[in-house]
Amino acid sequence: MTMIQALRSALDVMMERDPDVVVFGQDVGYFGGVFRVTEGLQAKYGKTRCFDAPINEGGIVGAAVGMAAYGLRPVAEIQFADYFYPASDQLVSEAARLRYRSAGDFTCPLTVRMPCGGGIYGGQTHSQSPEALFTHVCGLRTVMPSNPYDAKGLLISAIESNDPVIFLEPKRLYNGPFDGHHDRPIVPWSRHPLGVVPTGHYRVPLDAARVFREGRQLTVLAYGTMCWVAESAAQMTGIDAEIIDLRSLWPLDLDTVVASVRKTRRCAVIHEATRTSGFGAELTALVQEHCFYHLEAPIERVTGWDTPYPHAQEWAYFPGPSRVGAALRRLAEA
Amino acid sequence: MRASSALRLNVPEPPGRPGCITDFSYLRTSPPGSVRKPALDCSHIDTTELVYGLIGVLDRDGRAIGPWVPDIDTTQLRRGLRAMMKTRIFDARMQVAQRQRKTSFYMQCLGEEAIAVAHAAALQDGDMCFPTYRQQGLLLCRDDVSMADLICQLMSNTADPLKGRQLPVMYSLKRAGFFSVSGNLATQFIQAVGWAMASAIRGDTRIASGWIGDGATAEADFHNALTFAHVYRAPVILNVVNNQWAISSFQAIAGGESTTFAARGVGCGIPSLRVDGNDFLAVYAASLWAAQRARANLGPTLIEWVTYRGGAHSTSDDPSKYRPADDWQRFPLGDPIERLKQHLVLRGAWSDQEHEQVRLELEAEVAASQRDAERHGTLLDGRIPSASTMFEDVYETPPPHLRQQRQELGV
Repeated sequence: MTMIQALRSALDVMMERDPDVVVFGQDVGYFGGVFRVTEGLQAKYGKTRCFDAPINEGGIVGAAVGMAAYGLRPVAEIQFADYFYPASDQLVSEAARLRYRSAGDFTCPLTVRMPCGGGIYGGQTHSQSPEALFTHVCGLRTVMPSNPYDAKGLLISAIESNDPVIFLEPKRLYNGPFDGHHDRPIVPWSRHPLGVVPTGHYRVPLDAARVFREGRQLTVLAYGTMCWVAESAAQMTGIDAEIIDLRSLWPLDLDTVVASVRKTRRCAVIHEATRTSGFGAELTALVQEHCFYHLEAPIERVTGWDTPYPHAQEWAYFPGPSRVGAALRRLAEA
Repeated sequence: MRASSALRLNVPEPPGRPGCITDFSYLRTSPPGSVRKPALDCSHIDTTELVYGLIGVLDRDGRAIGPWVPDIDTTQLRRGLRAMMKTRIFDARMQVAQRQRKTSFYMQCLGEEAIAVAHAAALQDGDMCFPTYRQQGLLLCRDDVSMADLICQLMSNTADPLKGRQLPVMYSLKRAGFFSVSGNLATQFIQAVGWAMASAIRGDTRIASGWIGDGATAEADFHNALTFAHVYRAPVILNVVNNQWAISSFQAIAGGESTTFAARGVGCGIPSLRVDGNDFLAVYAASLWAAQRARANLGPTLIEWVTYRGGAHSTSDDPSKYRPADDWQRFPLGDPIERLKQHLVLRGAWSDQEHEQVRLELEAEVAASQRDAERHGTLLDGRIPSASTMFEDVYETPPPHLRQQRQELGV
């Protein structure tokens, strides 16, 4: 399956199993979503289970919070992560805090899916990676898959979770893995082992990272598209990097991170999002705190620049394999 | 060619400032009994002139007149009067408790008691209200809600059902159909619509009731709620409590100048009413009409309740700095308690003597509840929920980082 098919399969499985699962958002109903993730679901489950919404992110998330408070398990879609901002109040002030402020009287088992990330000539408002704006919010879970197998298993876990989950989907990975070599033809998921996805129900647990590539020389903390970029950089440089795909950004699997860095004694943190106060800053701080006496070099951060995401300068902006590779070399030689 | 005149920015002002007498002629009122009652299945267009009028039942002498006279028995009315009195007495006592620093903060609903109490009487068990911080009447009208529990919340003491996490008055009581109050304005208005959509998705028979003040209608979630309620024909009552004031801002600053908030509903395709919020019978009748519409799958109703915020915005507010001190006494729609009392006396179902007796009983009941609550501590004496509970309920199960932070605090 492609990542799109895997996500659709997760929704299909959960809608089949649980009549409380309801899917809605802009263009997700009849049309099946601008990225086809919800294709066929309305025809299969009817208009009250999968339906179109007005162009109103605050309304979509606000209504979903109300549905969740009722007892449904809404899966809301924000068409692009770049457009979640009108829903910020509902996510931060409401979804994230409902359980806490009501002492469990009301809960919010809500999943908000949003395609994110760049590398597609999306310009300023179709490329952003706003994960740090969610990881900073107590009460939210933030998740990002890097492949179809994880995408389905994580989305099922997100829908089954009784906590609100921000489910970020790197749209650059929808049809195939992308390692940052934009000049090469894309390889479809059908030719990759992680494109082999069971048709039934399975979970990939939240709070569990995955060792994306085992290595001994240094650790790369990555998620989403950057896992593939890191792998390509390791190949290009010949550096034996251990790549950790965090999968769940926050709460995260600190044990796996710490075990890896204590083993390799060197660490690079990479993400597409802008650098300052990005999620990488939290990862850097955690590694420093937990691995200080094991570290043999300063922690490297390779990220998007502190600018809005440009259009024409896409490949100068995107932290591709050469920039990541340079950092790995610096780190290995330090 | 003549130069055009210089443009000027309009910044609305209230019709009365401290030291003046408010000119209430800006309120669009209609004589009680004069506004027609449309069919339950009317279209929003059928309510167009209603949103510029004012539905009322009780006339100056306390008689119930016109098409909106509800079928409500004396027992229910007596219960309603008692609940309004209880709400006012509770408010007054908690105001004092705040001045004694037993709690940090309080908000009265002085003058608005009829809206929540009469509305609640028109709902059924299982319906869910999404209130603001000024609908305590929804709770205080219920015999199955413990006043002591509410006071424990206000005092953030060891028996606070919300474990000291919430600012006073931000109650949550699912069992009583009272959704968790949030400090962020208007957010609950669209959530009420979502809850109602869920009830419709499930094929349930329960309806939702969303609440918002005049000032908060300017928030985006007001518009969001109206759009979603209309699009999905959600079984929801959208209540706008127009008490003329948002802290110090007159309702004209929220967009009320030369129009009404009920008119917004019609513009969004929602049948809408504008009702005298100090007229218990009108509030009950309009609420019941809207509830019946929702329950019959006829969709949402918006109701603007015209009332006046009799008290300060909160215990942190001094209204004498921005409005005439005697404003409430001059408000044309009077006091909801006095008006229902007058009606019941006219019916021969109430008397001054009984009023005084009930007042004394309620004073004693509230005082006793306060004593019960204070056995579990107050903010002043520091008997508050354990700091260890601070880390619970952020997530369903505390993740490792929260367990670690709790250990750091040593609790």
